[in-house]
Amino acid sequence: MIRLEHIHQTYPGPQGPVHALRGVDLHIRAGEIFGIIGRSGAGKSSLVRTINLLNRPSQGTVTVAGQVLTALDAAGLRAARREIGMIFQHFNLLSSRTVFDNVALPLELAGLSRAQIRERVSPLLALVGLDTLADRYPSQISGGQKQRVGIARALASRPKVLLSDEATSALDPETTRSILALLQKINRELGLTIVLITHQMQVVKQVADRVAVIEAGRIVEQGSVLEVFTRPQQAITRSLVDEILPQELPASVLDHVRQLQGQLSAAGAGTDGRLLRLSYAGDSAYQPILSQLIRDYQLDLSILHGQIDEIQNQTFGSLAVFVAGTPSHVAAAVEHLRAQGVQVEEVATTHQQD
Amino acid sequence: MFQNFSEALLELFAVSLWETLVMVGISGALGALIGVPLGVFLRLTDRGGVLENGAVNKTVGWLVNAVRSTPFIILLVAIIPFTRLLTGSSIGTAAAVVPLTIAAAPFVARLVEASLREVDNGLIEAAQAMGATTWQIVWKVLLPEAMPGIIAGLTITLVSLTGYSAMAGAIGGGGLGDLGIRYGYQRFLPDVMLAVVLVLILFVQAVQSLGDWAVRRLSHR
Repeated sequence: MIRLEHIHQTYPGPQGPVHALRGVDLHIRAGEIFGIIGRSGAGKSSLVRTINLLNRPSQGTVTVAGQVLTALDAAGLRAARREIGMIFQHFNLLSSRTVFDNVALPLELAGLSRAQIRERVSPLLALVGLDTLADRYPSQISGGQKQRVGIARALASRPKVLLSDEATSALDPETTRSILALLQKINRELGLTIVLITHQMQVVKQVADRVAVIEAGRIVEQGSVLEVFTRPQQAITRSLVDEILPQELPASVLDHVRQLQGQLSAAGAGTDGRLLRLSYAGDSAYQPILSQLIRDYQLDLSILHGQIDEIQNQTFGSLAVFVAGTPSHVAAAVEHLRAQGVQVEEVATTHQQD
Repeated sequence: MFQNFSEALLELFAVSLWETLVMVGISGALGALIGVPLGVFLRLTDRGGVLENGAVNKTVGWLVNAVRSTPFIILLVAIIPFTRLLTGSSIGTAAAVVPLTIAAAPFVARLVEASLREVDNGLIEAAQAMGATTWQIVWKVLLPEAMPGIIAGLTITLVSLTGYSAMAGAIGGGGLGDLGIRYGYQRFLPDVMLAVVLVLILFVQAVQSLGDWAVRRLSHR
């Protein structure tokens, strides 16, 4: 549905040209919710604005719904933009227009008659749950309601694609959830392709199907949300995931582990104590893995830290466990876990942790 | 008080008031007609504007500043040939409207430009994302959103023009200010002077109140 190829973008800046995008290639499929996440200044806003050419890239081609936007003239581009809705962090509603007239704006711009406009706007206001507020002005409604107006307005011209530029960043967590639920409903009911830009991993986790991580103008990692969450490859991705699923073990836990290891080595050879992090997703989450370890490999096992969460109806989680047993048994147990699809990594317990 | 108000003087007073209304009203309307598009043009060609063009913006901006920095009393006489070309005469009320309009237009343009600058760029971006033409951005977004500020600016302009119109007496434009100078000052009739000032105060108050009311009606921020 959306294809970005070799996108470069440079702006003139006070200290020479700023390279906002450095060769971005992205393919977003029809009907999916695609998240683009990055820290501020990573180039996310530049990137989403190249999709409807609010930012014309210095290099590269943008194709939306089979149309090469970068090759269109001004009139062609205006027509193409009507197929691409957009919502904004600060809503960008006209303060001089009522809720109804704000939603009507894109239809007025497209030259529809007053009757046609009425026919289209009313069901849209119902869809976003604002039918009773049609005659209010933006200053008279809440932030969440403003974003609902923004969504209705973006949908008015019946676009194929909806771009969301930090649409929930100015909203509280509760309102964020309800706006995201609305976007998800629109995605399902209207089959709309949604691209959402955010710096909040929570947003990606709640609604996105796939995600791309952007850093310093490059896409450094992309894949299904579950994949990226459970196996983050890049440092930036890990730190973003860490915000909602902290991976770092608390210092008290590490202290405790060092004590246990000290006791084991003092007690003499034959027993090995290791701190392991087990990450698992999907089916393996439901297997009685830990009890198998205790029974089949005669290990002592303590769960020190852990979390379980769900993305796209798939359970995933990670556990920090301390295992004690003979070295051969421990090694065999690790093999067994890996065979079950569990990721196992040994956690260093030395002080140079962080 | 007001013992000098003979019937003849009263009639002169009424005529002068009418002349002031004509001068301020017509030059205000014409000034807005020229100044509003000029202000829009300045905003559009400014940095970050939809029609960004540094050279054109600077040239027009310089011209606007040049007219604005010329003292009105000098402008009044400096453009006499132009005034004569337009109205056929260099004296009288109609002739005074020309320099008043020329003074008002750049003033309006700067005030309009300033209120258009208050319109969030995000709104323009949103309109562009909807496929709006430049014309549509001006008519559907910029002007409606800036309307309270523009009306406030026009109110200020009318009040300033009322002040300027007092100088129109220099080219025989008439009006209340001229009456005050000729009768109140030069013939030493203090009650005429007082009456002129009182009427001007009432007039300015009325204009300002009307403007404020319109701004309140239009503003939904």
